[in-house]
Amino acid sequence: MSDISDPTLDGSSSTSGPGSAPPDPNAARDEMLKIYPDKTRRKRAKQLLVNDDPEKPAEIGANSRTIPGIITQRGCTYAGCRGVVIGPMHDVLHITHGPIGCSFYSWQTRRNLARPAPGQINYLQYSMTTDMTEEEIIFGGEKKLAAAIREAYRIFKPKAIAVYATCPVGLIGDDIHTVCRQAKAELGINIFGFSCEGYKGVSQSAGHHIANNGVFKHMVGLNDTPDAGEFRINILGEYNIGGDAWEIDTLLRKCGIHVTATLSGDISYEQVTRCHTADLNVVQCHRSINYMADMMETKFGIPWIKVNFIGASSTAKSLRKIARYFESKKLADRVEEVIAQEMAALRPVQEEARKRCQGKTAALFVGGSRAHHYQDLFRDIGMTTIAAGYEFAHRDDYEGRKVLPTIKVDADSRNIEEIEVEPDPTRFRPRKTAEQNAALEAGGFSYRDYEGMMREMKKGSLVIDDISHHEIEKLIELYKPDVIGSGIKEKFVIEKMGVPCKQLHSYDYGGPYAAFTGAANFYREIDRMVNTKVWKLVTPPWKREPQVPPRLVYQPKANREELAEATKTWKAPSKAGADE
Amino acid sequence: MRKVAIYGKGGIGKSTTTQNTVAGLVEMGKKVMVVGCDPKADSTRLLLGGLAQRSVLDTLREEGEDVELADIRSSGFCNSLCVESGGPEPGVGCAGRGIITSINMLEQLGAYDADQQLDYVFYDVLGDVVCGGFAMPIREGKAEEIYIVCSGEMMAMYAANNISKGILKFAKTGNVRLGGLICNSRKVDNEREMIEEFARRLGTQMIHFVPRDNDVQRAEINRKTVIEWNPKCAQADEYRTLARAIETNSNFVVPKPLAIQELENLLMEFGLMN
Repeated sequence: MSDISDPTLDGSSSTSGPGSAPPDPNAARDEMLKIYPDKTRRKRAKQLLVNDDPEKPAEIGANSRTIPGIITQRGCTYAGCRGVVIGPMHDVLHITHGPIGCSFYSWQTRRNLARPAPGQINYLQYSMTTDMTEEEIIFGGEKKLAAAIREAYRIFKPKAIAVYATCPVGLIGDDIHTVCRQAKAELGINIFGFSCEGYKGVSQSAGHHIANNGVFKHMVGLNDTPDAGEFRINILGEYNIGGDAWEIDTLLRKCGIHVTATLSGDISYEQVTRCHTADLNVVQCHRSINYMADMMETKFGIPWIKVNFIGASSTAKSLRKIARYFESKKLADRVEEVIAQEMAALRPVQEEARKRCQGKTAALFVGGSRAHHYQDLFRDIGMTTIAAGYEFAHRDDYEGRKVLPTIKVDADSRNIEEIEVEPDPTRFRPRKTAEQNAALEAGGFSYRDYEGMMREMKKGSLVIDDISHHEIEKLIELYKPDVIGSGIKEKFVIEKMGVPCKQLHSYDYGGPYAAFTGAANFYREIDRMVNTKVWKLVTPPWKREPQVPPRLVYQPKANREELAEATKTWKAPSKAGADE
Repeated sequence: MRKVAIYGKGGIGKSTTTQNTVAGLVEMGKKVMVVGCDPKADSTRLLLGGLAQRSVLDTLREEGEDVELADIRSSGFCNSLCVESGGPEPGVGCAGRGIITSINMLEQLGAYDADQQLDYVFYDVLGDVVCGGFAMPIREGKAEEIYIVCSGEMMAMYAANNISKGILKFAKTGNVRLGGLICNSRKVDNEREMIEEFARRLGTQMIHFVPRDNDVQRAEINRKTVIEWNPKCAQADEYRTLARAIETNSNFVVPKPLAIQELENLLMEFGLMN
């Protein structure tokens, strides 16, 4: 898949590492599914596939309800809206209308960093809530919300306030949109609400869609002043976790590409309002923001392309694609220069890591694009992703956008507003003529071109949507991957089984991992994680001490004797075994 | 202590019937507490001689946690005890949640304790059992005997049938039983016979047929129960009879709600008899 001339960049041709042969994927799949009751098994079977033909990915059951009883990785609609898409806007005041928990647990937990320019303000350290109590549940919370907006305005004088509805708000029917409209008229700043009650939809994916709609309706297009600078683009679906957006910014600046706005990573309100003046949208996380890309294209004529700044070969490919769109020799030459420079710096780090990582395996269960993107980074250092799946993606993220017309829209998705967008009568401006586009496309360039994860995965790898804890445990047992990338909910279950786990929502405390400079961080981090001896040096308590049999409380004496017997016959594990 | 809840279609006369019946019981020397479970807080107006009552939820809102039983319970006609749960303005908040909070508060304050020596507690519940909150009195044994106020009008019977479904659901998990239908006459054709038959098919009884009489309206204008306003009038005796029927009632059943078609047939049969 790599189009970089350096053959060492492409890890996909690596030989498999030492150790036992990998299990038969179909047998592994059966083993994971067999514990389930019939109905559950039928459903999970559609979501748990063997990637038999990467060229023609099989249809996967995605974006469907999680079966109750299964321990899922998924989050809620409120988290997707307030936490992911809009939360990173650093000078918008975010007010959560609901009981305290929703606000407290969305307080700076995603590591979407911001470094506002001098004179700009940063509210991200704050967590604001109406702190609904039983009184507001019974008597309605609209008055308290209005008061909270006024109070927040009095203290901070922000340019904009966003209000997020939590579950109880939807149940008691508080009309947050009217409250916001009235407050907007009263205070003279932009105030808008999101009906992103946690229970909507099947996962946080619904929240992304609701957020896209709201940002498009209430913010995008308010300021027509274009940025100075050539080659103006927006990066959509980049949330600056651990500083990723900064690495991408720096890289693009070196190339001479100007970023008007990054939705939503370290972004100001003003940037959002004029992002429609850019000439190209590049989409990093397809799942969370493709709605915005489509709506901006329809209304303002800005085309979009899929990029991936995770992994060296993917970053190079993305830069070249942007250069090709702008059809500028100057830019194309500059991009090649920058890639050469960056690769010269990165190659020693990559080769060093590859020495120890070559042939090792990874599994990725995260997000709506990360499970795909991070495979490129692993490939860079000779590692293979043996299994991957998204938490909340849809079929197009697995099988590619070609399947969009065949996706069945179910009742859960119909519940989420789909807004009708028309070309703007005065501001719609095609960025290219039809002839230019035809010429570009004839040369192999394509717009709106997400191919999905399955095409880039090896034949015989496992693709698992909305993986359950049971399936993770089985996967570890059968495949013994060297590292798993997932989220906080799985991390410690995985590590207790002796497999290092990298959190790819928040990067634990690490990052950035984007662009060439970030890739170096990731190579080092993965080298450190998969080659550490810590998992072998530590003897877990259950191997060191006798396991206490289940104790029957009404027979304490008998149990004590049993335990004493077990202790007598128990032999300590040999020290030598632990040191190897 | 007998725990009674009065349900029925909105506007059928639940509050009026409850208070007039309670007046009959207190006149007999019974100690009765009435808990109004309607956000309008108008279930005790006739016993108290006006809407002087501060509701449980308003008090809770204004006083915080520091609430005494005396703050939310008032004495009405013949030492009847009156409580209004209260609730939000129309169209906002969650009245159902309010009722749950309010009944829990009464329990914590000891309103049902043995030392109160209550013979009866009456819950007067708004309309249909639309959500969990309004089912609170019949859930968890807060109320154990239910009387449904209805008339011979289709929608009133339809609501009564629906409420029976609610009782059936909770009867499986608790002690709640249907004590009977109170027919609050609207002078519909063959009303008495129809409700008697309806009650029979539900597996219960029509405990009393309350005739339509303008004295009820006159008493209401004077903010009084009929018994207090004019103890000698015929309608006062009707409510006394109803009170006695409840006092001596021993017919408590798990209702058998009718299928819609059966209910329609019943109406056809009795409504078109002439």
